[in-house]
Amino acid sequence: MTEIWDGLIKAIELIISLDPEVMEIAGRSLRISGTACLLASLICLPLGSLIHFHQFRGKRVLINIIQALFSLPSVIIGLFVFVLFSRAGPLGELGILFTPIAMIIGQMILITPILLGLTISALSGVAKEIVDTATSLGASDFQITLLVLREARYAVVAAVILGFGRAISEVGCALMVGGNLKGFTRVMTTAISLETSKGELELSLALGIILLLLALIVNIALYRLQQR
Amino acid sequence: MKKTSMKMGVVALAVVAVAAIVSLNVTARAPSLKVATTSSLYDTGLWEYLELMFEEKYGVELDILCVGTGIALEYGKRGDVDAVVIHDKAREEQFVAEGYGVGRVPFAYNYFLIVGPPDDPAGIKGLGPEEAFKKLMEEGAENPQQIKFVSRGDESGTHAREKAIWKAAGFNYTAVQESSWAKAEEMGYIEAGRGMGPTLLMASEMNAYTLTDIGTFLAYKGKLDLVPLVEEGQILLNVYSVIAVSPEKHPDTKIEMASSLIDFLTSSEIQELIREYGVKDYGMPLFTPCAGAEPEQ
Repeated sequence: MTEIWDGLIKAIELIISLDPEVMEIAGRSLRISGTACLLASLICLPLGSLIHFHQFRGKRVLINIIQALFSLPSVIIGLFVFVLFSRAGPLGELGILFTPIAMIIGQMILITPILLGLTISALSGVAKEIVDTATSLGASDFQITLLVLREARYAVVAAVILGFGRAISEVGCALMVGGNLKGFTRVMTTAISLETSKGELELSLALGIILLLLALIVNIALYRLQQR
Repeated sequence: MKKTSMKMGVVALAVVAVAAIVSLNVTARAPSLKVATTSSLYDTGLWEYLELMFEEKYGVELDILCVGTGIALEYGKRGDVDAVVIHDKAREEQFVAEGYGVGRVPFAYNYFLIVGPPDDPAGIKGLGPEEAFKKLMEEGAENPQQIKFVSRGDESGTHAREKAIWKAAGFNYTAVQESSWAKAEEMGYIEAGRGMGPTLLMASEMNAYTLTDIGTFLAYKGKLDLVPLVEEGQILLNVYSVIAVSPEKHPDTKIEMASSLIDFLTSSEIQELIREYGVKDYGMPLFTPCAGAEPEQ
């Protein structure tokens, strides 16, 4: 138990002293996972709306598949992205393996099912009466879409927050396609994994606490955004 | 109006994403040399010590991937790294013979140790490595609760050496894995599947024996309740080599930079630093340099 206490003290020390290496790694985590979440949201929110507002054969099955993919382990995605971008692989010529770009792609794939699935359920949660009223008042399809999105915004933001959370907390994919290169692809989770393997438990715990704080700040920021 | 503001929002988010990617420094970096290195070497801290010197001298980024020998060789075969630094002579020679590596250059060596709990319940202290393994198997089969062994179990160079010692002791490795020692309810022989450092920490937690390189052992000693028990024997020699990945299989690999790394590691200046590395912290050197030549057995 003393380790947890020491870890807490160490975390406070690292934060107060603005330890340059920790700040750098935290910043990198934030940028990589933030970018992955942003790009995935730009794709998934419209795509999710598209799926929700259209009726087509196999829609239910598609939604089932998307929801099943919530359980996709990050290490499997890491393996897939690794094989894809390895020089011996189909996209090897791009030379992006062991770079932040590969990590962003991996995390985007990881959170796509979550963002898609939760966007669809967020939109489904909007009361049918609202749509009916709008239709009877002569609203166009586009206006109805916007209305529903507006009504569902809390749930949609929650989806984005969850997606970001999954991205910044995963380690399997980041380790496999990023390689944990010092000063380039080392992020909070891979640093924690490395420090733990070194037996530096206090430092690992401290980094874990900082990661949580980071997530808290992002959550508050997104929450304020949705209040506007 | 709503439509345009939404479009603007999307454009703004896209700009933010691009800015974030640019700030990740992907393109503006100096050319980088990617090296896959065995975890037993990385865990001693030697790479962090040498990295900056190399980067300053040659003006390139040195990217170190800390992995086991098995995956390091796989990275090399796939062309994902430009050089590998490992310690498993048989597999290294095979890697070169198959045309994946240009040549095998030994640059430093030390020894493997069998370490274990200070009270040495199996009584192997002072034995030769083969006899010690034989005794561990005998005693372990009888008393798997007391006599435990944590194997790397990850196809690393250290794991390969462990298998070689089992073989020399007269045990086929599958026979070890199938033995009553390993199959006992209180598993006595355990495959960790982790790097050298974590395996040592695990062995210490479990009061178990393990095979380790001396470098990692000394670097972790303060965190371990383990002592060296078997330190002498031909079979314990541990040679680290660097191999440049052949550009014939993968034209994109950076053979010139990899050659610079080999020159660097075998230069008299760095060989001297390797000889002194660890003396200050551990009271004894972790490596003996051997600039390009196989050490005398």
